[in-house]
Amino acid sequence: MKLITVAGPPSSGKTCVTLKAIAALQQEGVQVGVVKFDSLSTQDQALYEKQGLAVTTGLSGNLCPDHFFVSNANDCLAWGLARGFDLLVIESAGLCNRCAPHIQGVQAVCVIDNLSGVDTPKKIGPMLKMADLVVITKGDIVSQAEREVFAYRVRQVNANAVIIQVNGLTGQGGHELGKLLLGAPETTNLEGSLLRFSMPAALCSYCLGQRKIGSDFQMGNVKKMVFG
Amino acid sequence: MTTNKEKIAFMSLPMAELLLRAPFIGEFFDTLGLDLPLGEVSPEEYFTLLDGELLEDLGLERDSLTERFTAFMGLLENLKSGTGEPRIESITIQGGHDKSGRPENFNLTVRPGEVICIVGPTGSGKSRFLADIEWIAQGDTPTGRRVLINNNPPEAAQRFAIDHKLVAQLSQNMNFVMDLTVEEFITMHAESRMVEDVATVTATIIDLANDLAGEKFTPQTPVTALSGGQSRALMIADTSCLSSSPIVLIDEIENAGIDRKRAVHTLVDKRKIVLMATHDPILALMGDRRLVFKNGGISAIIVTSDAERANLTLFEEMDAKLSAVRNALRNGERIGNTA
Repeated sequence: MKLITVAGPPSSGKTCVTLKAIAALQQEGVQVGVVKFDSLSTQDQALYEKQGLAVTTGLSGNLCPDHFFVSNANDCLAWGLARGFDLLVIESAGLCNRCAPHIQGVQAVCVIDNLSGVDTPKKIGPMLKMADLVVITKGDIVSQAEREVFAYRVRQVNANAVIIQVNGLTGQGGHELGKLLLGAPETTNLEGSLLRFSMPAALCSYCLGQRKIGSDFQMGNVKKMVFG
Repeated sequence: MTTNKEKIAFMSLPMAELLLRAPFIGEFFDTLGLDLPLGEVSPEEYFTLLDGELLEDLGLERDSLTERFTAFMGLLENLKSGTGEPRIESITIQGGHDKSGRPENFNLTVRPGEVICIVGPTGSGKSRFLADIEWIAQGDTPTGRRVLINNNPPEAAQRFAIDHKLVAQLSQNMNFVMDLTVEEFITMHAESRMVEDVATVTATIIDLANDLAGEKFTPQTPVTALSGGQSRALMIADTSCLSSSPIVLIDEIENAGIDRKRAVHTLVDKRKIVLMATHDPILALMGDRRLVFKNGGISAIIVTSDAERANLTLFEEMDAKLSAVRNALRNGERIGNTA
């Protein structure tokens, strides 16, 4: 089975773009399954189901969504294999910019949108910088110059990725994205596979439910700001 | 392309020398959140000495830095040398089929400086046609069309290279989402294209845009304060001078409130292939050919005939008359007897 991780900032169009790409694949008879990760709640399950897809949702609740994702990645794969999909898409929650769910040897997609501004590619970490495929959305509402500058800035931080423009509403580019997803390598097991980059560390009193502010209550992995 | 030998060479060159060769190199460090290395330090030394904790914080791996830097240098070279690829002399689109599977039976070759009009109702397949060109389709899209560049199928890498993007789109409902002045905005675009003389190019574009726009604006006008017509004029001037895309699509330019004939001429002068979605008679007659869209396919290709062009003078007179009335209305005058 081909496995794909899709990541991107909140509201960048991950679900829309994924749906359009999958729609093109469904027409060709490709069996696709989806696992959607989110933090609190999600309506995306319904969107996927409406398109006739098998989908499972994982809500991380009060856990870090990315750590939650990694702990469940292999189970997602097992589910997909058992269901006999040709392709399984794991869509992550909109993540903090330092994080990435991307796994070595598994096709990694990052979705970002033109509206987020031309400085955004700089601000996003491994999620963008280590992606194989960068999907740029919402190109229809910005000027040609902004589209060009934005794509160039993406290229600056990730010179090797394939960059594709997809319109999540009209579906323009969705067919082409589907073709690229089919190029993903086969994944049969994730046991022992490596994340492309370590996730941000967090093991402090606040991880364990502390709510009080103040130096007496900070314990564990605590980092202090430097003021000029 | 950079050879392996050159790669190793620039990794061990001191920063000061690299900056002389390629001033934009500083952006590599800036975009990754790294400080610019000191003049006498080479990238190789710099990467070795970077603090591990800092790299962890930035989400970077030391081992990947050399590869990233090399790729960035490749990108710079590509942009500077005007891609190093052969120039686009022609683009050929071979027909596929429409939504009902009926063959299109056409073979269309377009060359720089040509104006092609696109006509047909909404949903007739115009967007799909553009998408086929963008993707340089090889029979692998729903229409089954094929696109050839200089009579050859593209190489895989060309299909996704941003510096080889084939189509620039100047659509109707375009916005600026950046809060910059016109001058800052164009400068930013020029810098990303790594042009030699950013200030001159920027000034040229702003002058050209002012020629096209009915109402003037200054380099200090915020882009968000431009009217629809001014925005379109600025993007046409900008695309003609700065975009690397050989094809420019403009839609519904007749509604833009700019000198539409000059706008098209501007693009033609810059050797763009102009695709124009329009139902404006004057613009349509400027086209060399018209592609007629129906049911997801091209149902006919009409070559603009001399007989059709003979109407141009008449249409232009009618147009001038209507414009005069429009101006009269704008100035609060009464409409006189125009017959």
